[in-house]
Amino acid sequence: MYVAAVFLPLLGAIIAGLFGRAIGDRASQLVTCGLMAVSAVFGCVIFYVVALQGLDKPLIIPVFEWISVGDLKVNWSLQFDTLSAVMVFVVTVVSCLIHIYSIGYMHHDPGIPRFFAYLSLFTFSMLMLVTADNIVQMFFGWEGVGVCSYLLIGFWHHRESANAASIKAFVVNRVGDFGFALGIFGLFAMFGSVEFVNLLADGAGAEALKKTYQIAGYSIAGQDALNIVCILLFVGAMGKSAQLLLHTWLPDAMEGPTPVSALIHAATMVTAGVFMVTRMSPLFEYAPIALAVVTVVGASTALFAATIGLVQTDIKRVIAYSTCSQLGYMFFAIGVSAYPAAIFHLMTHAFFKALLFLGAGSVIHGMSDEQDMRKMGGIWRKMKVTYTMMWIGSLALAGIGIPLTIIGFAGFFSKDTIIESAFAAHTGWGEYAFWLGIVAAFMTAFYSWRLLFMTFHGKTRASSDTFSHVHESPPIMLIPLMGLALGAIFAGALMVDLFVGDKFKEFWGGAIFILETNKALEHAHHVPMWVKFSAIAVGVGGITVAVFYYLLIPSLPALTARVFRPLYVFFLNKWYFDELFNFLFVRPAFMFGRFFWKKGDVATIDGLGPDGIAATALRSSRLVAALQTGFVYHYAFSIMIGAVALISLYLLGVMR
Amino acid sequence: MGFTFTEIMPAWPEIFLACAAMGLLVLGVFMKTGAARSISWLSVLALVATGILEIVVVPDGGRVHIFNQLFVADVFTTFVKCLILGASAVGIIMSLGYNDREDIARFEFPILILLATLGMMMMVSAADLISLYVGLELQSLSLYVIAAFRRDSVKSSEAGLKYFVLGALASGMLLYGSSMIYGFSGSTNFLQLAKVLDADASAGIIVGLVFVMVGLAFKISAFPFHMWTPDVYEGAPTPVTAFFAAAPKMAAMALFISVLVGPFGNLVAQWQQVLVLIAIGSMLLGGFAAITQSNIKRLLAYSSIGNMGYALIGLSAGTKDGYSAVLIYMSIYLVMTVGAFAVVLCMRREGRMVEEVKDLAGLSKTQPAMAALMALFMFSMAGIPPLAGFFGKFYVFLAAIEAKLYILAIIGVLASVVAAYYYLRIVMTMYFTEPVEDLDRNVGPELSTIQAIAGAFVLFFILFAEPVVQMTNQAIASLTSG
Repeated sequence: MYVAAVFLPLLGAIIAGLFGRAIGDRASQLVTCGLMAVSAVFGCVIFYVVALQGLDKPLIIPVFEWISVGDLKVNWSLQFDTLSAVMVFVVTVVSCLIHIYSIGYMHHDPGIPRFFAYLSLFTFSMLMLVTADNIVQMFFGWEGVGVCSYLLIGFWHHRESANAASIKAFVVNRVGDFGFALGIFGLFAMFGSVEFVNLLADGAGAEALKKTYQIAGYSIAGQDALNIVCILLFVGAMGKSAQLLLHTWLPDAMEGPTPVSALIHAATMVTAGVFMVTRMSPLFEYAPIALAVVTVVGASTALFAATIGLVQTDIKRVIAYSTCSQLGYMFFAIGVSAYPAAIFHLMTHAFFKALLFLGAGSVIHGMSDEQDMRKMGGIWRKMKVTYTMMWIGSLALAGIGIPLTIIGFAGFFSKDTIIESAFAAHTGWGEYAFWLGIVAAFMTAFYSWRLLFMTFHGKTRASSDTFSHVHESPPIMLIPLMGLALGAIFAGALMVDLFVGDKFKEFWGGAIFILETNKALEHAHHVPMWVKFSAIAVGVGGITVAVFYYLLIPSLPALTARVFRPLYVFFLNKWYFDELFNFLFVRPAFMFGRFFWKKGDVATIDGLGPDGIAATALRSSRLVAALQTGFVYHYAFSIMIGAVALISLYLLGVMR
Repeated sequence: MGFTFTEIMPAWPEIFLACAAMGLLVLGVFMKTGAARSISWLSVLALVATGILEIVVVPDGGRVHIFNQLFVADVFTTFVKCLILGASAVGIIMSLGYNDREDIARFEFPILILLATLGMMMMVSAADLISLYVGLELQSLSLYVIAAFRRDSVKSSEAGLKYFVLGALASGMLLYGSSMIYGFSGSTNFLQLAKVLDADASAGIIVGLVFVMVGLAFKISAFPFHMWTPDVYEGAPTPVTAFFAAAPKMAAMALFISVLVGPFGNLVAQWQQVLVLIAIGSMLLGGFAAITQSNIKRLLAYSSIGNMGYALIGLSAGTKDGYSAVLIYMSIYLVMTVGAFAVVLCMRREGRMVEEVKDLAGLSKTQPAMAALMALFMFSMAGIPPLAGFFGKFYVFLAAIEAKLYILAIIGVLASVVAAYYYLRIVMTMYFTEPVEDLDRNVGPELSTIQAIAGAFVLFFILFAEPVVQMTNQAIASLTSG
């Protein structure tokens, strides 16, 4: 069952990918969705057996030996503990729902088998990532999801923007992956192993602190080495989870089909960084500087992405920046050692963000592929189910609920836990994260309702032709929405006690390690009342402001934009990060490239090498051909000369 | 001095072929219409019978000298003669359709080829400078005639004449060298010479040897004695060119081996130096000069010059492995060349021969099977594994490396890169350019069969490389046994 849960999607991908053309669209969909459904059922069972019932120790299922070179031994094997069980559960269930949704969403696309093959292949890679029992196998899954993401962003490869976006995603991720790979090398240099059993064993981190490492001739104290390695690993996570500086690819990734945005760029792949750092918690716990970096980057991303979300007009981009922001929340939770809260938010976020994306997809589908919110409005009567679903998603995203009770949407529990943990950490960085988190929460609520109002309410700004064609999506798209809505409503209330309640350590078993001294999560339950109410208060505040701006006084947004013009433009242009990177990296890279191409390759290497030699060859060829005069006496002369030359060479002793 | 019929058994094939040629000549005179075709097939039959006879009379190991040590037979001569007979037979078959269409079908043509073949066999079996010369001249005179066989064509006549004049010059030099060797050693017999000559032979002997080598190098069209080749190849009727590129090259190369290894075996240090220069020159010239050729027959002429250079690498190694590599190389070369010319013979448009490389444009679309076979031959000549041509080059380079002739091997490899350019250019023309006009399709079954067999050989040589290598090793072992 464990193996089947992971490998069934691969089977589906192979069938649809290699034989999709032969078996047709319908069969490809049935095969991939069917296998994915089975996998999802297994995922639920695994979640029940491993996480809810609990195991004494992690279940490791060897598949076969992979690499064995000198000291380096790597196996293919699957590790199941609470952490991976939660991830398997989320990945398989969300993926299954999105597979089904895609049947409806992609029904008019010519590349259906290819699309489903990629989706299934992605799911397999993601499962491989979360069930890896060593960091190399995790890296395999990590790169696998990267490739699938690349393929799916560029799925509509005839669109230039899609190709550019896929390349951008790939390149930016490469930067992160480079850090990750360096981190892996560092770990191997420090511990002589890549197996989690050895890396994350009790006290392995503490051991490492005491040693001094000789790396490339430098001697590095254990503490520094651990900090460096953990920061490198976090750079990898930053790339994949679109954190500040390496976030630029995520909004562009919205060029992919909407189900892809939902599955990969909201629910699963982008959370891989969060998962990875959580998995490495036994090391991060001993690397305080790395944790501080994680906190600051996470909190800054949360606020920064929210500010951009305020002013975007593309419905998918708003949600994309929201994703970026929510990932920031998860990271600063990790930074204050509230790993369970991060994973908890990861899970609830997977449900409600997938819901929002698929809802947005439903809108786009109904609006004849229109994504600009300025050309929407007033369509709620025509798509009531989608409208309801978007409300549920937004409520969950904004974290609406009643403090001190178990009434509330999923996001309410997880987000509040994170904000409270940040406060309870009682460190400078924690304080920073707390305040940024509060501000970001306000903005989150605001832009969520801005999205709702602009899309569904008011007078329509769509062309009358488009508007008359607006229609509700077919059931095959709505049913997955409802499934995700259930998760968005109840996942928080049901799981809050298990994941982050008083007995959270029992639930997580050995999967997450937290130093005795880092008690942010324990203290989170005992923060002052104003802290508990602050998040919900700013949430409601954000909604209220949005009501004024977009329902009651529609002239306010334009006025605000005019008054705070510099700020507005700054946000609208995404803090000019793309331009900055373009200036700092892309253009110099192109310049170097052009230099080496024109001057280095074409002029020097080609000029002296292939082209030069070819030209010489041609010249000598013409010369030889010119000798071929056609006159017999010339030929006879050449024979005589040849004979004389050979004999004289010999007689002169040259040939001796 | 008398000989019994059984004593001269090793010469039976030659005697049979001579009788057959003369018999067929008489028959041809008496037959009226359609003589050419029947005489051609009968000639093929005679060649096949000679081949069978050759295999029957081959001495088991060792060498057998007869006719007062003028004639020698062993496994080496048998191996080479069988290849020559095969190439000649194929040459006659390839000419059938061509001669009919070009209206030059005469029964003398196959008979001339028979006589040339007889001359080649004599050359290969020669054990004396005198018998060598007689065989060589019998071959050459026949070849001069068939080069000019298309009398009404200026080009063909010019080719024959050029070949004759230059060939006479080369023969003269060979004869002059022979006389010097006789003058300085007192013998023309190979066995005697081998006994008399040792490493520090007098300058006269060496000069004589160089002259002999010049004569032989002319026959295999090695640099710088190659000048006749492109003109004759282009001017002669295409089947004649095909024949020129195959059988006589094989014979002359075998003669080269047996002369250098037999009587002058002790002078290896001297002739090795000359051969290295000739080999390098041939390879480079064959590579570079062909680049700018547009006529496919000229191009193949330069290709054959280059190929002779590669074969000479093996010979200049001066080792048994090297000689064996030459035989392998030549066998493979023979098949590739015959295959390639069988394609060239199919190049006719509206009943007229076309000879430019660009006439092959888009062949892959109009005649995919033939294009694929031609591509196979070209890739093989370029030495792309796993085709036969790769093995040919591999063995000669291996021999050169083992003989520590590193520079020679390196230049050889580099020259083969240059050569690959023009081989691949033909492939490119066939596959990546649009067809201009269709080539005629009714090529006749003989040519397609020859193409297919040659193609199969080139493609599957890798499977039977081992037995071939053993056969050549055996041949060389018997040659050097004394």
